[in-house]
Amino acid sequence: MGLQALFFYLFSFVAVASAFMVISARNPVYSVLFLILTFFNAAGLFLLTGAEFLAMILLVVYIGAVAVLFLFVVMMLDIDFTELRAGVLDYAPVGALIGLVLAAELIIVVGGSTLSPEIAKSISMPIPAITERTNTAALGDVLYTHYVYFFQIAGLVLLVAMIGAIVLTLRHRQNIKRQDIPTQVARSPKTAVEVVKVKSGQGL
Amino acid sequence: MTAETFLASLHLSTPELILAVGAMVLLMIGVFTGEKSSGLVTGLAVGLLAVSGAWLIWQTGDGQAYGGVFLSDPFARFMKVLTLAGSMATLIMSAGEARSAGIDRFEFPVLVVLATLGMLLMISANDLISVYLALELQSLALYVVAAMHRDNLRSTEAGLKYFVLGALSSGMLLYGMSLVYGFTGHTGFEAIASALSAEGRSLGLVFGLVFILAGVAFKISAVPFHMWTPDVYEGAPTPVTAFFAAAPKIAAMAMLIRLVITPFEPIVADWRQIVVFISIASMLLGAFAAIGQRNIKRLMAYSSIGHMGYALVGLASGSMAGVRGVLIYMLVYMVMTLGTFACILAMKRKDGNHVENVDDLAGLSQTNPLMATVLTVMMFSLAGIPPLAGFFAKYFVFMAAVEAQLYALAIIGVLASVVGAYYYLRVIKLMWFDEAKGEFARPSGVLRLVYGLSGLFVAAYVLIGGPIGTAAEVAARTFF
Repeated sequence: MGLQALFFYLFSFVAVASAFMVISARNPVYSVLFLILTFFNAAGLFLLTGAEFLAMILLVVYIGAVAVLFLFVVMMLDIDFTELRAGVLDYAPVGALIGLVLAAELIIVVGGSTLSPEIAKSISMPIPAITERTNTAALGDVLYTHYVYFFQIAGLVLLVAMIGAIVLTLRHRQNIKRQDIPTQVARSPKTAVEVVKVKSGQGL
Repeated sequence: MTAETFLASLHLSTPELILAVGAMVLLMIGVFTGEKSSGLVTGLAVGLLAVSGAWLIWQTGDGQAYGGVFLSDPFARFMKVLTLAGSMATLIMSAGEARSAGIDRFEFPVLVVLATLGMLLMISANDLISVYLALELQSLALYVVAAMHRDNLRSTEAGLKYFVLGALSSGMLLYGMSLVYGFTGHTGFEAIASALSAEGRSLGLVFGLVFILAGVAFKISAVPFHMWTPDVYEGAPTPVTAFFAAAPKIAAMAMLIRLVITPFEPIVADWRQIVVFISIASMLLGAFAAIGQRNIKRLMAYSSIGHMGYALVGLASGSMAGVRGVLIYMLVYMVMTLGTFACILAMKRKDGNHVENVDDLAGLSQTNPLMATVLTVMMFSLAGIPPLAGFFAKYFVFMAAVEAQLYALAIIGVLASVVGAYYYLRVIKLMWFDEAKGEFARPSGVLRLVYGLSGLFVAAYVLIGGPIGTAAEVAARTFF
């Protein structure tokens, strides 16, 4: 218990502190790096609650893909972040209001599950205890059996997203030089090099 | 799930499998034959939709599949056939106009087939998760199709606007679903219903219901979630607008009917007041906001908002007669919309330029009497003048509302349709009593076929209404 509590406070403290740094750091690259640190600590918190699959997915998807994408955007695009941040104080009341709403919702949810714990027992497909079956295995048990229909539709949604991205962005440009590997490989010295004998003192 | 139940599930969802596998095959054909294959792929896509529809009509045996998350019943089959017919008609109409509308790419029919697949899955969904996934499949394809003419600023604006607002509405829907799941512990429709009748409703569940209805109201473009409709209708290429106005509305309405009647049957009083409110608001906005419109696509957008309001009148009554009324209304609405959009697509000057203003129709009776007659029939029917189809559609929903003692709703509906008649009649007046400004080019054969057939259907509804009413009754009986 002691060790777990220690890690809980460690992860939560670092997560909150680095989340604060995300919005207060002057350099946007630092912001993204702090965002990665926040994700990392959130993954640690997931691990503590026994949701190891979610923790690893958070690492792979959010840090491996999303945050790195952010980093590329921040470094490659010419966006003036100081200008973007100019009016941040004007929006502070709205932000505070949204924060308040979120806090109220959290209190309602936590309060609801504390006041009526029987709600948690009526879920249709509960997760088996961590001692019986690991999280990943439990997900695998249902994903390809009970949820195979959902899984396939999700696949189709991704297919549509891919077609959409290609349709809306791909342009076949004319007069563009492309690498043609078979032609390159098939070239021989005979076709590629022209040997010219130049008489000395005359030039071409 | 054993192998046997899985095979039975596959059998029940054969129409969807045909579309899913077919769309991928079409994609491969398109990719390997290049940009020129647009016509071929469109033809094959129409064939695919036809095969799927034929299977639905001759399919026997209904039931649940994939552990109860997918449902096949007479209601689903009725709405699916309607949706497939709508998609087919728009694909056929777009075939001739694709080049001038800037959507002559093979991805267009493929995306239409995938969107239609999403619609069929929406109609059959019997679980909150399958509702959400099917809705996303349909919406994502529609966002792309709206922005298909990517070199046109208005088309890309329409796509972006639709995407942002659609994502917002999906968020609301999902939030509502998570609340319903949290308070009942189930995502399956029957399980939610039994949990509700056993434990009664709680405040959190009503919150969830409101959010879900808000998300679905966005999809059927009902007030107050209609803001996207006029801009998207105006900006999207015209064949795409015709598609948006017909098939997705049918599917979303079918989903809404199943969603309120199956899982939320025990709390009918709660959802009825929401449906009554959005119905009244849609009817009034559709009637008054359309008066000032000069662009015929915007006019049709407000008209469709109003018509969704009238269809919801039937749903608000919550009875078998009401659901039957909604089914007939959606069928008639779809035919009227397709006929009108076939006429709009035919508004092409001799130099090949498409025009979209209502005033461009002036004097159509002198230049193209047949098209003017069909459009007149459509406008009279949209206004709800007897003995055309639109009158019977309104009659059935209002009668259901009166039977359910929703007198105020029925009276407001009739008054709104009187106001709405003004702008429909204005179009007719322009066509018959004003001087012609210019001639339209002769419409292509498919357009004449589509508006001719829909004109015949609307005019002769008195004669063919009987079997349609019986079919709608069989479909509506599913729930009661």
